[in-house]
Amino acid sequence: MEHKRRVRVMVAKPGLDGHDRGARIIARAYRDAGFEVVYTGLHQTPEEIVEAAIQEDVDMIGLSSLAGAHKYLFPAVVNLLRERGADDIVVCGGGIIPDEDLEKLKQAGIKQIFTPGTPLEEIVSWVKQNVSPR
Amino acid sequence: MVMNNLAEKVVAGDVRSVARLIRDIDDGITEVREVLKDLYPHTGNAYVVGITGSPGVGKSTLVDQMVAHLRKRGKSVGVLAVDPTSPFSGGAILGDRVRMQRHSMDQGVFIRSLATRGHFGGLTQSTRSAIDVLDAMGKDYILVETVGVGQDEVDVVKSAHTTVIVVVPGMGDDIQAIKAGILEVGDIFLINKSDREGTDKTLSDLRLMIEMDQKKYDQGGWKPPILKVEAVFDKGVAQFIDEIDRHARYLVDSGKGLHFRSNPERVRQELAEMVKGRLIEEVLNSLTGTGAFDRAVESVTQGSTDPYTACDDLVLPTIKRSRE
Repeated sequence: MEHKRRVRVMVAKPGLDGHDRGARIIARAYRDAGFEVVYTGLHQTPEEIVEAAIQEDVDMIGLSSLAGAHKYLFPAVVNLLRERGADDIVVCGGGIIPDEDLEKLKQAGIKQIFTPGTPLEEIVSWVKQNVSPR
Repeated sequence: MVMNNLAEKVVAGDVRSVARLIRDIDDGITEVREVLKDLYPHTGNAYVVGITGSPGVGKSTLVDQMVAHLRKRGKSVGVLAVDPTSPFSGGAILGDRVRMQRHSMDQGVFIRSLATRGHFGGLTQSTRSAIDVLDAMGKDYILVETVGVGQDEVDVVKSAHTTVIVVVPGMGDDIQAIKAGILEVGDIFLINKSDREGTDKTLSDLRLMIEMDQKKYDQGGWKPPILKVEAVFDKGVAQFIDEIDRHARYLVDSGKGLHFRSNPERVRQELAEMVKGRLIEEVLNSLTGTGAFDRAVESVTQGSTDPYTACDDLVLPTIKRSRE
């Protein structure tokens, strides 16, 4: 039997926002797509997220933010990964993100942003195309 | 050369290398065997505690508190938290970490979530290898948490120095656990959420069950203690750690020892499993390599043969080859 690497992703909630219904639904969709999903829980610092992602050897971190701190928190995660030499881990994000922030976040190294209304199938298929086990 | 390099990095405690190696073990990458061989001389120093119990009894919360106490006592800790793989999609949600995230910035703690997967070689083998890696990394304690429902999970915790069974009051868990056969492997029993109604009933049920082996204890066998804890409020956890220490001393004093691989029974079992896993892997690999396996699948689905004959046709030539 040939062994196939399983995609491992982390779903994380950085910052003070306490709403994780969306993150949980995404986690469930990832599981149903055959990924192994590590969920960190609420109120995580970028440092905690990056350390956990390294220990868990994930291929992607999905960040969820609904409270407006994405402009600080998302790039902070990317920068810390770079510092740790772990910038091969793909970072994407989702939540309440104003359109005018999208380009800035992408420039900061967030590979893709999913805003409200994006169908789960679209998110899953993006991950399948853009994230492969390292 | 590259492999030696990786082993060296693991022994030096490099987190990324450890994380990557455990991934390779889990993904069944054959090259890891060489790294594990190199690591073996560096293993045998960690104390392994297996924690099992039904879903929702509070295992992850308990492990989180254990980590805090062990850290206070100056010990480094590795955690392997096993969650089930969905039999439908092959994916898994690994959520044990949620309860332990406060330790993620602590350099003395390494936490890894594992999915049961059910690949050949089995959960037991890959978890044991992951334990070896954390051991070689220099962790003093390794806590392995599993949902105690399947044979595989029971085998995992059985391979620990101390096996802990967690129950909660009022679930009729005593009977459920006897059915599953996990009570026999317990070295310490914890009744978590013991502020709840029914604790005394659960306590007396467990006591009754444990005291059925009184003869064994009279001859110097270990009598499993039953402790009431409230993990969420950190009540009783310190005493629980003391009991683990007491059990460790018992293992030494009774001559059983702490080194897994000096126990012939244990080595026999581990080696048998490794051989089994390896043989299945090699045979299946060669069958899929020649396309024989796919052809057999095709003939069964098209109705030109039955699965029993197909199995004979696949296996018999392989056995014959190995006998020659």
